[in-house]
Amino acid sequence: MDTTITFTVNGKSHNLAISPDETLADLLRKRLKLTGTKIGCEEAECGVCTVLVDGEPTMSCVYPAARADGKDILTIEGLANTRDGQLVLHPLQDAFVKHGAVQCGFCIPGQIMTSYALIKRHPEPTSDDIRHALKDTLCRCAGYPTIENSIIEAARALRTGEPVRVPSIPDSVNARSVIGKSQVRPDSVEKVTGAAIYTDDLTFPGMLFASVRRAGIPHGILTKLDITKAKALPGVAAILTSEDIPGEHNHGLVIYDWPVLVGIGERVRYVGDAIAIVAAESQEIAEQAVALIETEFEKQTVIKNAVQAYQPDAPKLHANGNLLKHIKVRKGSMETGFASADVVLEHTFQTQITDHAFLEPECSLAVPLEDGRMEVYVGSQIPYQDRTQVARALGWPEERVRIVGQLMGGGFGGKEDIMGQIHSAMLANVTGRPVKLLFDRHESLLVHPKRHATQIRVKLGAKKDGRIIAAETELYGDTGAYASLGEKVMTRATTHSAGPYDIEHVRADCYAMYTNNPPAGAFRGFGVTQSAFAVESMMDTLAQTLGLDPVELRRMNALHVGSVTNTGQLLRDSVGLVECIDKVDSAMRKLNPEPFKPQPVPGSEHLVRAWGFASAYKNTGLGGGAPDTSGADLELYDDGTFEVRSSAAELGQGLVTVMRMAVAEEMSAAPEIVRVLVMDTDLTPNGGPTTASRQTYVTGNASRLAAVTLRQAITSALSEKYDVAPEKICFEGGQVHVNGHSLTFADVAREMKAMGQNPRALYEYEAPKTQPLGTGGDMHFAFSFAAQAAEVEVNTLTGEVRVLRILAANDVGTAINPLALQGQVEGGVMMGLGNCLTENFIVEDGYVVTDRLARYRIPSIAHTPEITSIIVEHPTAEGPYGAKGVGEIVSIPTTPAITNAIYNAVNIRVDSLPVDQEKIAMELASR
Amino acid sequence: MNLWQQYIRPETVADAVTALTSAPGPALPIGGGTDIMLDLHQGRHSPVHTIVDLTGIPEMKILEIRDGRLFIGAGVAISHIALHPLAALYARALTEACDLIGGPQVRNVATLGGNVAHALPAADGTISLMCLDAEAEVAGVAGRRRMPLPELFLGPGKSALKLGDVIVGFYLPLAKPGEASAFKRIMRPQGVALPIINLSVWLSRSGDTSSPHPGPLPQGEGIKQIRIAVGPGGSVPFRARNTEAFLAAKAYSPENFTAALDILLEEIKFRTSAQRATAEYRRHLVGTLLRNTLAAAWERAE
Ligand SMILES: Cc1cc2nc3c(=O)[nH]c(=O)nc-3n(C[C@H](O)[C@H](O)[C@H](O)COP(=O)(O)OP(=O)(O)OC[C@H]3O[C@@H](n4cnc5c(N)ncnc54)[C@H](O)[C@@H]3O)c2cc1C
Ligand code: FES
Ligand code: FES
Repeated sequence: MDTTITFTVNGKSHNLAISPDETLADLLRKRLKLTGTKIGCEEAECGVCTVLVDGEPTMSCVYPAARADGKDILTIEGLANTRDGQLVLHPLQDAFVKHGAVQCGFCIPGQIMTSYALIKRHPEPTSDDIRHALKDTLCRCAGYPTIENSIIEAARALRTGEPVRVPSIPDSVNARSVIGKSQVRPDSVEKVTGAAIYTDDLTFPGMLFASVRRAGIPHGILTKLDITKAKALPGVAAILTSEDIPGEHNHGLVIYDWPVLVGIGERVRYVGDAIAIVAAESQEIAEQAVALIETEFEKQTVIKNAVQAYQPDAPKLHANGNLLKHIKVRKGSMETGFASADVVLEHTFQTQITDHAFLEPECSLAVPLEDGRMEVYVGSQIPYQDRTQVARALGWPEERVRIVGQLMGGGFGGKEDIMGQIHSAMLANVTGRPVKLLFDRHESLLVHPKRHATQIRVKLGAKKDGRIIAAETELYGDTGAYASLGEKVMTRATTHSAGPYDIEHVRADCYAMYTNNPPAGAFRGFGVTQSAFAVESMMDTLAQTLGLDPVELRRMNALHVGSVTNTGQLLRDSVGLVECIDKVDSAMRKLNPEPFKPQPVPGSEHLVRAWGFASAYKNTGLGGGAPDTSGADLELYDDGTFEVRSSAAELGQGLVTVMRMAVAEEMSAAPEIVRVLVMDTDLTPNGGPTTASRQTYVTGNASRLAAVTLRQAITSALSEKYDVAPEKICFEGGQVHVNGHSLTFADVAREMKAMGQNPRALYEYEAPKTQPLGTGGDMHFAFSFAAQAAEVEVNTLTGEVRVLRILAANDVGTAINPLALQGQVEGGVMMGLGNCLTENFIVEDGYVVTDRLARYRIPSIAHTPEITSIIVEHPTAEGPYGAKGVGEIVSIPTTPAITNAIYNAVNIRVDSLPVDQEKIAMELASR
Repeated sequence: MNLWQQYIRPETVADAVTALTSAPGPALPIGGGTDIMLDLHQGRHSPVHTIVDLTGIPEMKILEIRDGRLFIGAGVAISHIALHPLAALYARALTEACDLIGGPQVRNVATLGGNVAHALPAADGTISLMCLDAEAEVAGVAGRRRMPLPELFLGPGKSALKLGDVIVGFYLPLAKPGEASAFKRIMRPQGVALPIINLSVWLSRSGDTSSPHPGPLPQGEGIKQIRIAVGPGGSVPFRARNTEAFLAAKAYSPENFTAALDILLEEIKFRTSAQRATAEYRRHLVGTLLRNTLAAAWERAE
C-alpha cells in the first residue's frame, strides 16, 4: 500500500511513491542516492543521519518517510554551491576543513547539519550553545574542541562576511618546507560536502543483500541446522553453511582458530559465531530468511572470564586448551629487588571490555568479475591480510582476489579482523552477483573484537627516597572466543606493565585466556591502556605512602636515554618523557600551585576539585622480531602531478596527508600536486597492517624514500641529458633547475619518457630489525612518551565526576602535521576519558547486554573538558624526519590521570573501570 | 522489514480515533516515534498493521492559555515546549524537564504525549507534569474525557489507554504569584541516557514573600501547599502524598525538611536496576535531589 508524497530536498521538488515503513534516511540514501547522509545506529543515538526538516535538525533514521510529505528537507549535499564551475563551500564546511575537524569524516554531515541549524538560530553561538546543540551528535574521532572552534569561526565568517580564517597552530620545531607545517587532509573537502563514498554508499547492478545467522548462544555444540524453510522463501538467492566453504574453514590474523561458519557437530564459542549466510534480493528478505533457519545446540558451561578460564577444571574451548599464551618478562631478581626495598605495595586492578564504537558499522561488498576474479570493497585496516584470508577460504590463489579499500568511518583497531569479507565473497562466488553485507549497530556490537578485559596485580618495591627497585605484575587477559591479535595485545600490556620507568628488577606474567565472551583484539592503546591504569594508580599510592610528590616520583624514575627497558632494550635516542612530565607539571602548577590538594568549590562545598597525574609510553611498530615493512609506489604523471600509493589504511588518522607531505617535501613541490592512493591490493604495494601506531613511521618512511629514489632518478636522467654534475641540479619551488633552465614536473616527465625512462619509483621500506621478547635485544624500534594531568570535580553528594581540564604532553619525535596531531590528541584524550568514565561493554554469562548503542555510551561534546596539547619533539634517528607513533600514546595516560585526580579529591582509589559514581557516593556517605 | 503495512496521517482527532479502531489489524498511534519506532525496529514491540501518525493534527499542536489553564497539545514537540515562554512562565518544571530530554534532534520530534503515554515510571516529561497537577484530555470511541494524570498509569510501560484512545493534550493550572515548580534529575555516565532518578516539586508559599532569604533553608516562612513527584519510585510515576501532606502548611526549615525526607523514604519504594543504580543509591540520592529541587521551587515562588 504505497502512498505518494511531495517534498523538496535541497531545493528540488520530488513526488515519490513510498512504502509505508520506509525511513527518511533510506529514502534519501537509497532512492535519491544522496549518500552524504550516513547511518550509524538507527537508534536516534549517534546523530550522523541528521538532516534539516523545515529547518529543524532531525534524525532521518527514525523519521518515517511518509511524514516528509509537504516538508522542505536540507541535506549535506545542499550546502555548497558552484560558482563559475568552482565549488564554493559553505563557511561551516570551509571551517571544518581548515580547522582539521574532519578526521574519518563519517559524523561530519551530521555535525555540519546540526550546527547549520544552530547558527541560523544563534548567529553568535557560545560554547554552551554549541554543547547544548551538539549533545547527541557524536564523533568517535572526537575532535570536539576543534569542531567547536570551527563552528565559532564559521559563525563569525557568516556574520562579518569575511573569509574563514585558518587556526594558528604552531609549526614543529623541526619544520622544513612542508613537513612540520599544518596541512589540511586531501580528502576533507569531499567529506564535508557529502561526496565522500564509504562502502555502504556503493551499489552495483544486480546486487544482492546478505545477512548472517549468528549462534546467539555463548557456548555449545551445533546439533541441528535446517535451512529448508529459509531456502524456500521467494527472493532468496543462496544460503551457505559450513559445508559450502570451498577452502580453509578457519580464519584469523595470527592463529587460524576462528571458524568462517560453524558446522554441525562443531563448537560455538560466542554469541556472534556465524552459522549460515544468506544472500537475497533485498535486505528484508535476507533477514526474514535468517529468521527461518532452524538451529539446535547442545549448550555447554560458559566461561565468563580469564581467571575462570585458567582453572584446571574449566572446559576447554580450543584444542590446545584455554591458554592462548603465557607471556613472561624477566629482568634482574625479584628476591633481591624486594629484599632491598624499604616499602612494598601490592594491589589488584580490573579493567572492563570496551568497544571501538566507530560510527561506521562494518560493510563488505564482494563483486565477482568476468575473468573469474573477485573484488571485495571494504573499509579494512589490513587490506593484504583480507586478501590472504578471503583467498584461503575460497581456496584460491591470492591474486584472484582484489581488496579495494574504502574510506573508513573510524577503525581504532576494530577493523583489522575479518568480519563480512569472506561471507560476502562466498555468496558472490556462488551467485555470480555482487553481494553487500552490511552490519547494523547491533551486529557490530555483538560480533567484532573488543578491548581485553584485564585483571592486573601490581607489586612495587621502592626505596624511601622513591627509587623503584622492583616491580612484579600478573595479568589475566580475556581474549574472548578467538585469538585475533590477543597474543600481541597482551604482550604489549605485559611488557609495558611496570610503566615508563627505569627499574632494575622486573617480573611480569600474563595469561592470555580464551573465554566465551566476544573476541578481544586490537584497540587503540593495544593493551597498554589497561596496564597503564594499574601501574599509574600504584605510582600515586607509592608517592602517598612515601610522602613524595607524585610528579617528582615519576620524574625520578623516568626512562631516559641510556635506560634499559624491562625487556632489556637500551634506549639510544628519542626519550622525551622527562620533558613531557616537566611541561605538564609546570602548566598544571601555573593553574594551581597545590594541584593535588582537594579544593571545594566556593559556594558549592559539596563539589570538590583536584588534579591527577599520569605518564606513559607506547611502542611504535610491530616489534618483537616481526618484520615491519611497507611499500610505497610513487609515479610522476605527464601533467606534472605525482601519485603515491600504498595499501596502508587511512582510517581517519591522517596517514594520507603524511604520505603526501613526505613526497612534496622531497620534491620541493606543493603538497596539492601529490595525490595519494591507498588500500587497493591490485594498485598499491603492501603497506602492512595499520596498527601499533606504525604507519607514519613505516609508510611515512616508504613514501619519503620512494620520493628520494625518484628524485635521484630524475637527477641522474637530467644530469645525463644536460651534461651537468648531479649536484648542480636543484629542486626548488615546484620546479627542477638545471643549467639555468627551469623545468616543470610536466617537463621532467616528458624528458624522462623521451629518454626511455619511467618516472616512477617503488620503495620497500624495512624498519630496523627487532628482537623477540625474552632475547633481551631491541624489542621495538621506537617508543613514544606522554604525561597528562587531569582536573576533576567530584560531587560528594551524588558521586558524579566531571573532568574539567586535561593537559597532555606527547613526545612524538617530530610533529609532521601539527593540524592532524591536534585532532589525534583531542580524540585520544576523549577516548581515554570514555574508557575511564562512560564506556562499559557488559557481557553476562556470555550474553551481550550492551547490544545497542543506546546502552553503550561514548563521550559526547558535553563530556569534553578543556584540552591543552603540548607537543614534545625528541626526534628518533630512523623515523621519517624524526617522527614516531602518535595514534595510541595520546590516549593512554588519560584514565589513570583522572582516577588519580578522583583519589586526590575525595580519597577514594578507583581500582576497577569504568568509574562507578554509585561506589564513590556510597563510600563517601559511609564515612 | 514490513513492520507495518499502513501509515496514516489523519488531520483530526476524530479521524485518528476512527483510523485506530477501524484498522484491519493491530493499530498504534505515534507521536514523534522516538520510543515506539525503536521498539518496533528492535523487536521489543510486536509488528502492527497500521501506524496512525498524530503529528499532523493541528488541534494537538497547540500551546495556549485556554479557559484559565495552560493547554499543551500532546503532539507539541518537546523542543517547542522547552523554548515556549508560556510554559516557562506557568510550568517551569515542565520546561526544565523538556530541556533535558534527549538531544536537540530527539526533542525536535519527540512529543509530550508520547513521553506520557509510554507510561515509564521515570520519564522526565511525565514526572514534571505529575507535580503540576496536570489533567489529560483523552479522545476515544466514546468521545472525550478528562483524566487526572496518575489515572493514566497502570504499570511500567502500561497505560490505561484503550484501543482508539488518543491523548489530545494536557491542562495545567496556571501558576499564580507565590507558586512555582522545579524539576531536576541525576544521570549516570554509562548506559542508557535516562535518569537514574528524577524529581519535581510544585509549591505555594505563604507569609511575607518579599524579604530576601540567605541560605538554602530559611526559617520562618511557610509552605502552603506542595506536590512532589519522584521517578522511578514504584511501578508507576510516583506522587509522594504523605510527604506532601506533612510539608503542607509547615515552615520551610531544615528540621521540617529532615522529617519530610524520613517520610519520603518511608513511603517510596525504590528498586534496584541492574547496571544502573541500586535501591540504596537511589535512597541516598533522593535527599539531595529533593533538597535542591525544593530550594529551586521555593526561590522561584517569591
Ligand atoms: C536518544 C534518546 C534520548 C532520550 N532521552 C530521554 C530523556 O532524557 N528523558 C525521557 O523522558 N525520555 C527520553 N527518551 C525517550 C523518548 O524520546 C521520550 O519519551 C519522548 O517524549 C517520546 O515521545 P514520542 O512522541 O517520540 O513517542 P512515540 O514513540 O511516538 O510514542 C510512545 C508511546 O506513546 C504512544 N503515544 C504517543 N502519542 C500518543 C498520544 N497522543 N496518545 C496516545 N498514545 C500516544 C505510542 O503509541 C507509543 O506507545 C529518549 C529517547 C531517545 C531516542
Ligand atoms: S541517530 Fe540515526 S543513525 Fe544514529
Ligand atoms: S570524524 Fe567524527 S567520527 Fe570520525
